Amino acid sequence: MLSTTNSDLILETRDLTLSIAGRAICKKLNLHIAPGQCVGILGQNGTGKTTLLHTLMQFRSAEHGEILLEGKLLNAWSRKALATQLGILFQSTQDIMPSTVLETALIGRHPHLADWQWEDAQDEQIARDALAAMGIADFAQREVNTLSGGERQRLAIATLLTQQPRLFLLDEPGNHLDIAYQVQSLKLLRSHVLEQGAGLCMATHDINLAARFCDRILLLLGDGEFVLGTCAQVLTQEHLSRAYACEIRRIELEGRAVFFPA
Amino acid sequence: MIQRQQIVLLVLLLALTLLGFLISFSSGSSQLGFREVIAQFLSPSLGLEQQILYELRIPRSVAAFVTGALLAMSGVIMQVLLRNPLADPYILGISGGAAVAALTAISLGLGGYWISYAAFFGALLSIVIVFGLARSSHNWSATRLLLTGIVVSAGWGAVINILLTTSANNSVYSMLFWLMGDLSVSRAGFFSISILVLGLLTMMYFARSLNVLSRGDLQAAALGVNVPRLKLILYFTASVLTACAVSIAGTIGFVGLVIPHMLRLLGARDHRVLIPAALLLGGNFLMIADSFARTVIAPQQLPVGVVTAVIGVPVFLIILRHTGKRIRE
Repeated sequence: MLSTTNSDLILETRDLTLSIAGRAICKKLNLHIAPGQCVGILGQNGTGKTTLLHTLMQFRSAEHGEILLEGKLLNAWSRKALATQLGILFQSTQDIMPSTVLETALIGRHPHLADWQWEDAQDEQIARDALAAMGIADFAQREVNTLSGGERQRLAIATLLTQQPRLFLLDEPGNHLDIAYQVQSLKLLRSHVLEQGAGLCMATHDINLAARFCDRILLLLGDGEFVLGTCAQVLTQEHLSRAYACEIRRIELEGRAVFFPA
Repeated sequence: MIQRQQIVLLVLLLALTLLGFLISFSSGSSQLGFREVIAQFLSPSLGLEQQILYELRIPRSVAAFVTGALLAMSGVIMQVLLRNPLADPYILGISGGAAVAALTAISLGLGGYWISYAAFFGALLSIVIVFGLARSSHNWSATRLLLTGIVVSAGWGAVINILLTTSANNSVYSMLFWLMGDLSVSRAGFFSISILVLGLLTMMYFARSLNVLSRGDLQAAALGVNVPRLKLILYFTASVLTACAVSIAGTIGFVGLVIPHMLRLLGARDHRVLIPAALLLGGNFLMIADSFARTVIAPQQLPVGVVTAVIGVPVFLIILRHTGKRIRE
């Protein structure tokens, strides 16, 4: 099974083994992301959720195993071609130089443009649509440093939408967002992924958010162990309590699973 | 998309540059004013006026323009490379190395071009030292580069003081002029103009990547920029531009720091506009400052570095106040 290339998959890891500073993050991970699928990465602080996402971005290399993007080894992609397929929302954004909201979103078009090429009206339309989707179209000409934390996070998501990647990697997408915007942003990304046949993989500490929006869950247990499967398989009281070293209860409410610490 | 406002800015700067050249050509201790310069261009006549214009004023104006343009472009690059709005072309110790070599040449009694060659060599030496030290752990962080640069600068500073205190009185005067930045004997030749043009082309090629890089290394890498390669190119381009500027005119402060900020406030944030705009405004600023330097207390001349500081300090403070207001609004 494993040796055949499944070109329908957006992302595939084969026996991926990772560690950071001598601590194992995952051993022999075989993660598949199919078009239209959302995968959640859960785990205690410091279990390596971000490191795993950064490895999928090829910011660092794996100890063992292979990562394939659209059936092609990750390190066979050029940095620029990779950026047209893979996009990431970072945990925090940096803006040292002054810039407007629209200018910032337009940065997402960078990998799609040739050398010497300028953004055209179509690129600007893509950026404006993304700003509108995140409800910040009215801020297009505002300075980024006048935005609130939540507005900046929505701008970061809009920039990612402007990039139009095939696989969205999200590192704590709920950061700085109040509960309404968390749900709204993820609903939007989720329906975008379904419509476009794209893929989504998000690392989060919010079990309820993952349960609501993800089809499959990768639960990192620390020391290289993990549980991978559907929400029903992975998000059990037993697994979660072990992963977070804290007793976690699961109840059904209005047809949805809700998790909370005991 | 390039905005109309930015095209207007570039056209205005271009017009300002032409005007700046005319003003610069007409400034000096001899009676050769604006009208005479225009007349000389329209109907050239042989004689003293033509000699003054073509052999003294034009070469000096060109030297001032090229130096200012090199410094302002280098300042833009350093600020992105070091992710620090307070970075200037000299922050990585390039000027210190150049100064030590130039002052050594002066104390040995060498003059003219030898001082320029020495300064260029000293600058290159400093670039290699800082880069070698900052790179040694394969960790290419802006902080590490900045700290290495500052420490190396401090080392050069000590050597400069040793040279100043141990040299003969008559050479100390030339040394101080060199250290403050002086254009009175400067000439920008084919070499420095080529460096300016090459620097401009290189940076225009990478201008969009610079926009991305100013959002942080990780964001730039995620958007397809080869960050380590780009940083290496930025470091060497900015260094060579600075080395060239220092070899023409010594260390002239404020141009490389103030001009990029001024332009960002005027709306040129996109590096595809900011870089050519910095070239024009930086060149212009230094050319006008130099016109002041040679007319304020004529026939005596001030070192142009003093004038740029006298203009630069209040302008920078006004800009800072202005930005403070904008952020509060």
